[in-house]
Amino acid sequence: MTWDIFVALLAATVLAGTPLLYATMGELITERSGVLNLGVEGMMIMGAFFAFFVQFKTGNPWLATLAAGVGAACLGLLHGVVCLIFQGNQTVSGLALTIFGVGLSDYLGAPFIGEKTVGFQPFDVPLLSDIPVLGPVFFQHDPLVYLSYVLPWAVMWFFRRTSLGLALCASGESPDAVQAAGLDPVRMRWLGIAAGAFFVGVGGAYLSLCATHMWTHNLTAGKGWIAVALVIFAFWRPRRAMLGAYLFGGIMAFQLRLQALGTSIPSSLMMMLPYALTILALLFSSARGKGRNAPAALGENISPGA
Amino acid sequence: MRFLNYAAACAAVIGMAISPLVSSAYAEESAKIKVGFIYVSPVGDEGWSWTHEQGRQMMEAMPDVETTMMESVPEGPDAERAIKNMCAKGYNVIVATSFGYMDAMVKMAKRNPDITFLHCSGYKHSKNMTCYFGRMYQARYLTGMVAGSMTKKNEIGYVAPFPIPEVVRGINAFTLGVRAVNPEAKVRVVWTRTWYSPDDEKKAAEGLLDVGVDVIAQHQDSASPQTAAEARGAYSVGYNTDMSSAAPKAHLVAAVWDWTKFYKKFIDEYRAGTWKNGNYWYGIGDGIVDISRYGDMVPADVRAKVDAVKADIVSGKYQVFTGPVRDQEGKVRVPEGQVASDDALLSMDWFVEGVIGTTK
Repeated sequence: MTWDIFVALLAATVLAGTPLLYATMGELITERSGVLNLGVEGMMIMGAFFAFFVQFKTGNPWLATLAAGVGAACLGLLHGVVCLIFQGNQTVSGLALTIFGVGLSDYLGAPFIGEKTVGFQPFDVPLLSDIPVLGPVFFQHDPLVYLSYVLPWAVMWFFRRTSLGLALCASGESPDAVQAAGLDPVRMRWLGIAAGAFFVGVGGAYLSLCATHMWTHNLTAGKGWIAVALVIFAFWRPRRAMLGAYLFGGIMAFQLRLQALGTSIPSSLMMMLPYALTILALLFSSARGKGRNAPAALGENISPGA
Repeated sequence: MRFLNYAAACAAVIGMAISPLVSSAYAEESAKIKVGFIYVSPVGDEGWSWTHEQGRQMMEAMPDVETTMMESVPEGPDAERAIKNMCAKGYNVIVATSFGYMDAMVKMAKRNPDITFLHCSGYKHSKNMTCYFGRMYQARYLTGMVAGSMTKKNEIGYVAPFPIPEVVRGINAFTLGVRAVNPEAKVRVVWTRTWYSPDDEKKAAEGLLDVGVDVIAQHQDSASPQTAAEARGAYSVGYNTDMSSAAPKAHLVAAVWDWTKFYKKFIDEYRAGTWKNGNYWYGIGDGIVDISRYGDMVPADVRAKVDAVKADIVSGKYQVFTGPVRDQEGKVRVPEGQVASDDALLSMDWFVEGVIGTTK
């Protein structure tokens, strides 16, 4: 493998990792507030559809991204209604949300399949894009990619340095303590669901506005589920989530280039690589005892009047 | 997770698909020939299902034919239910255009001897069931000649869906065409294991372009390999339909289907009572497979050369897979002076010399 191909591989890694990064970060925020939302796939594909639709109607990619985030957040709030108001099972509700989102996007999107849009176009960041290696790898992409670089640090700052972020994380660890401190853990969980779903939706927007510039069914193709696994891989930490997203994206980009260079490894095995890697990473992390870093109250509903 | 997607898709599709069927059940009985089509993908994708939909719309325009269609019907139990439904609604002819519908079609054909079943891309047929397909490899050979003439780096990329004989045969014919005009050129294959996934297919094309190919060919239904080629200033070869609108500056030529000719022939003979069920494999001479118009960048001498070979294939003077054909290891698979049999073509699981990749 020559140097040029290697640099191109790293650039492709960033592009493949970006939608995973948004979706993983979104689910991470939701889970840190104590809510398990398995509806990532459904919210992500609806985000992709909202983004496509608004882009198609208005031609404004920023408005489209906002619509994707808000639309996905509204879908996420359905999960909140089931789990926070009616105390429903979080796992079941999340799965239902995925089925609902995938089905609804197919139904609403049917008339638009194959329609193309402009969306975001790549632009080079002045000066930074001229740096050898780092330039082509990080600074010759779409605006949504650049925004995603800041996201892990912004989320980390929010969790650690703002009282709202601390209360949100505390609601995932010990809702009773939050209650005792005079705050409302349910309200924090609403926030966790909405904010998390917003970023999941933006991850979907990346797919229809940057990656493909079009609408078709099954645009997410399981990426939402990968994000759910990546949250565990990341031990619920924002920066590790970024690493996980790029590792996963990198493996996907690598296997395509390995095929192109010529290999005798069967393509079915190559396709398994990212998933095999996920299983290995999960095994490795739980063997080291760090896999138990899940928020203590994750998936547990807060009983009313507690 | 795939299952969930399918479950969701099924729920949406069945809901949409049942309503027109239910309403048509109350329509007046007429003497019209009723033809029902079942597609595996949405029609709007301008791919495989779209090429068959052109045939349905042509029939629908005939005064004595009434048609319906169901799109995005998953292979498996849903397909059988869809076929059964059409049988119950009094359809005379049922057309299903995906390989995975085969066993459901066979089963329903046995139970409904008065209904004619047309199944595209399978291999089972009976007294009231026809299997039909096209010799797309002939068009692939011609598009390979164009690609081989236009490559400057002598490196061509092929974005391929699944390693099955139909696809392997296409890659081999394409490569034989490439090397007929450019013996130095190589064809690099990347499998996506998707029939229609614009994002995956775009990424596969980009992987090939990173490695240094300057022409991209494809077998999937999405045009995203074409747009990926255009974005990097490379050339592209389309499939299914003329994909030049997706990549006007890159699109050299496409290997295309024209199923309207088949459906016209079928409905005329069915109406006259002369249609015979069987196994049909149509070639470029029947007009069912062809190549699209050339992109403006293809020079006149290349066009003339390709058109001459096309005429020879139509007249039967030349056949693709005429020996000697060597495989990747250099072993002679088709001896000099012989032509690969249809059986050999239908079970092809090896790559010809000049392909870089694996059939596994």
